[in-house]
Amino acid sequence: MCLAIPAKIVELSSGEESRALCEVAGLRRHIDTGLLQDEMLQLGDWVLVHVGFAMSKISEEQALDQLQTLAMLGESEAVMQEVKGYGLSDGSWKGS
Amino acid sequence: MKFVDEFRDPGVIHKAADEIRRLADPGRQYRFMEVCGGHTHAIYRFGLKDILPPNIDLVHGPGCPVCVLPMGRIDDGLSIAKDPNVIFTAFGDMMRVPGLDGSPLEHKARGMDVRIVYSPSDALKMAQKNPDKHVLFFAIGFETTAPSTALTLMRAKALGVTNFSVFCNHVTIIPGIRAILDSPDMRIDAFIGPGHVSTVIGCRPYEWVARNEGKPIVVSGFEPVDVLQAVVMLLRQLRAGEAKVENQYKRVVPWEGNRAALKAMAEVFELRSYFEWRGMGFISQSALRIRDTYRDWDAERRFSVPGVRVTDPKAAQCGEVLKGVLKPVQCKLFGKECTPERPVGALMVSSEGSCAAYYNYEHGKHETLARTGATV
Amino acid sequence: MNVAPKIRFRDPQIEMAHGAGGKASRRLVEGLFAPLLFGDRVEPLGDAAHVSINGTRIAITTDSFVVKPLRFPGGSIGELAVNGTVNDLAVSGARVEAMVVTYVLEAGLPTEILEAEVRAMSKAATSAGIAIAGGDTKVVEHGKADGMYISTTGIGRLIPRISISAASVRSGDKVLISGPVGDHGITVLIARGELDLEGEVCSDTRSVLPLIEAMARVAGPGIRWMRDPTRGGAATSLNELARDCGLGVLLFEDAVPLRDTVRGACELLGLDPLHIANEGQFLAVLAPEYADRALDALRHTPGGHDAAFIGEIREQPPGTVLVATSYGGTRVIDMLVGDPLPRIC
Repeated sequence: MCLAIPAKIVELSSGEESRALCEVAGLRRHIDTGLLQDEMLQLGDWVLVHVGFAMSKISEEQALDQLQTLAMLGESEAVMQEVKGYGLSDGSWKGS
Repeated sequence: MKFVDEFRDPGVIHKAADEIRRLADPGRQYRFMEVCGGHTHAIYRFGLKDILPPNIDLVHGPGCPVCVLPMGRIDDGLSIAKDPNVIFTAFGDMMRVPGLDGSPLEHKARGMDVRIVYSPSDALKMAQKNPDKHVLFFAIGFETTAPSTALTLMRAKALGVTNFSVFCNHVTIIPGIRAILDSPDMRIDAFIGPGHVSTVIGCRPYEWVARNEGKPIVVSGFEPVDVLQAVVMLLRQLRAGEAKVENQYKRVVPWEGNRAALKAMAEVFELRSYFEWRGMGFISQSALRIRDTYRDWDAERRFSVPGVRVTDPKAAQCGEVLKGVLKPVQCKLFGKECTPERPVGALMVSSEGSCAAYYNYEHGKHETLARTGATV
Repeated sequence: MNVAPKIRFRDPQIEMAHGAGGKASRRLVEGLFAPLLFGDRVEPLGDAAHVSINGTRIAITTDSFVVKPLRFPGGSIGELAVNGTVNDLAVSGARVEAMVVTYVLEAGLPTEILEAEVRAMSKAATSAGIAIAGGDTKVVEHGKADGMYISTTGIGRLIPRISISAASVRSGDKVLISGPVGDHGITVLIARGELDLEGEVCSDTRSVLPLIEAMARVAGPGIRWMRDPTRGGAATSLNELARDCGLGVLLFEDAVPLRDTVRGACELLGLDPLHIANEGQFLAVLAPEYADRALDALRHTPGGHDAAFIGEIREQPPGTVLVATSYGGTRVIDMLVGDPLPRIC
C-alpha cells in the first residue's frame, strides 16, 4: 500500500481518459490521472505514482524547503556553542 | 532519481542522525510505532535501526494490508477462480500468501489461471482483451490503494465492461491505530504516520491521537531522510511536552488530503460494520465493501463465496507483536514452525510484516553478532 | 571449513519456485538430486563438474534454457543457450571447447522462429570461439514447451593458473563483479508486456570468457572463486558462497554498478537489483594482493569497463551476506525464495 515513486509527466492525453505517460529514470508507463483531475497537470510536472495512478502532485518548493531545513540541522547548536564562547549565554553582554 | 536521491543523501542522513542523538534523552527509552508496512520495509531496507541510538525502539504497527488479511478471504477469492473461465489477478504481494489449500502461485502450478498485475487498471484491460473470460481482481490495501480500485470500478461501469469484478478487502487505517491505542498493554510514546495513506485522507484524521490520547504523530515520507526527520520532530515534541499532528512529508501530502480520491471512494465503497483483522480480531467500521450501485462488479455478490473462516493457531502471538508488546523473536514459533517460506501467522506472510522483515533483514545478523560479540 | 548441511526434500509437488535459482531450487538439488545422484560427495556443487579422463582434467556442464518471450532486446533464447554454457564453464575455470544441443520444440512453432534461433546460436558460438558439435531434437504437443526449450552440454579444458574453490576463500578477500546488475531480468520482465512498461534496457547476454582469461593472465593464482549470477541474482550466488565457505560477505550498496533504467524499474516494482538475473556477468573473489591488478585488467578489456569491487569477505557474521549503505545502515540479504515478484506495499 505504500510503494509509490516520483515520476515526471512526459505526455498528457486530452479528453475524458485522464491518461498520461510518465517517466522515471528512463522508464515509461501510462498512468491514470483521474485522482488529480482538479490539479491541472502539465507536462513536466512530477507526480507520485502508486499502482499506476497518480496520487499527488509533488511540490518542488516544499522539497527544497525541507532540504534547506535539514541542511540547517545542527547549525543552531553550533551558533549556541559560539555564543557561549563569548560569554553571552546568559543573554547579557559582559563587555571588556 | 529526482525526489529520491536527495532524500538518501548520506550527508543529510548524518546530520539528522546527529540531531536525533542530541535530542534523545539518554536516560529514557523511547518507543515509536511506525504504522505502515511500507515504513517497516523502508526501515529495514535502509538499515535505519543501525543509525538510531539504542534507546529509540521502532515498533512495527498493523499497517500491512497483506498481513491483516484473514486467511479465509484468500480461500474465498481462490474458490471463485476455480472456474476455468475465471482469471484470478492480484498484486505480487498476494501471490505467495497461503490459503488453507495453498497460495495463489501454488494454485497456478496446479492449473488455475493466476496472473500478477501492477495496477487494477491492468486487470480491467485484461477483461477487455479477454471477452470470453471473467477477470477477478483481488483487491487489497489501505486508503492509498482503495481510490485506484474505486476509479477502476467507475471506469468499468462507464465502459460497460461486465466480465470484470473486484473481491474487495480494502481496510482503513484509523480503526487499526485505534485498536492499538485501546489495547491495555500498549506502550507506545509516539507515532510515525503513514505517508502515502495520508496523500488520500490528509492529516486531520489523526488529530484525536494527539488530542485525546496525548501522543505525538508525525506523517512521514519513506526515504531515509524522511523517517529520520520524522523522528527528530517526534523527539522535539516529546521534549517540549507537546502532542500534535505534524506533516513531515509536505512535498506530497496535502493537509486536507485528496478530495477527488475521497470522492471516488465514497461513490464506490461503503464501510462494512465490522471486518476481521488477522492477529487482531474483529474491528468495527474498519473495512470497505462495494456499494449496491456497483453490485454487478462486486465479486462477493456475483459469485457464491464459501465464507471460509480460519483461525491462526493459539501459539501464534501475532496480536502481541502487532501491538508492540512482544518482539518477533519472542514469539515461540518465530524462526521454527513459522518462517517466511512457511508462514503460520499474519506477520510472516508479507515481506513487510514485522516478523518477516526481521527474519529477512536482521535475524542472521543479530543472532550471530550477539552470539559472537562481534560488530560489523 | 563448513559443509552445507544436507536438506531432505519434503515438498509434495514441484513448483515454479524450484526453478527460480533461489532457496527452493537449492533445496531440490541438495535434498533430492544430490543424495540420489552424487552419493557421498562432500564438495559444494558448482556451475560445472571437473572429471578426470586418463589423468587429463576436463570440465563438463549442462544447462537448460526456458524463457518467455523467446526474443527480447539484446538477445534471444539461442544466445542465452550458447553464452550460458560458455559462462558456466568459464566461471569454473575452464575454456569451452565444444557443446551439444537438444531442442525441445512445440508443435506449431513457426519454422522462421526456429531458424532465427539456430542462426543466433551459430553466430554466438562463432563469437565465443566454440564449436557446436551435434544435437538432438524432440517435438512435443502444442501447448507444451512455450515455443521451444533448449538444453546444452559443454566440455572444456581447464584454464591454466586458475584453481578455484569456496574452501580457498579467506577473510579480507575482495569481491568484484564484471558489470552492471539486473539488465537481463528486467529486460525479460518488460518484454513480457504484462507490466505496460517501456524503456531502454536490454539483456546483457554475452560470453564472459575473454574477461575471465584477461583476469587470469595477470591474477590467476589470486582468483579464489567465481560464479555467474543468473537466476536469483548476485545475492543468491553470494549466499551460496557464504554458506559454502562458512564466512560472511559484506557488500557496499553504492559500489554495485547499476544502470539508471534498471534502478528505476526496480524502484517502481519494488524489486531488489541484487535478486535479478544476469546473463553476461560474473562474480569473482580475489586475494587482496591480486585484486587491484585483476580489476585493472578487466577495465582494460572490451566489455569490462564497468567492472567494480563491490564488497569483501569477513569473518562475521558467517554464512550471511550483509549489504551496507554509504551512511552506515546494514541489512541482511538472503537468497531468493522463488521468482522476484513486483510488489505494491
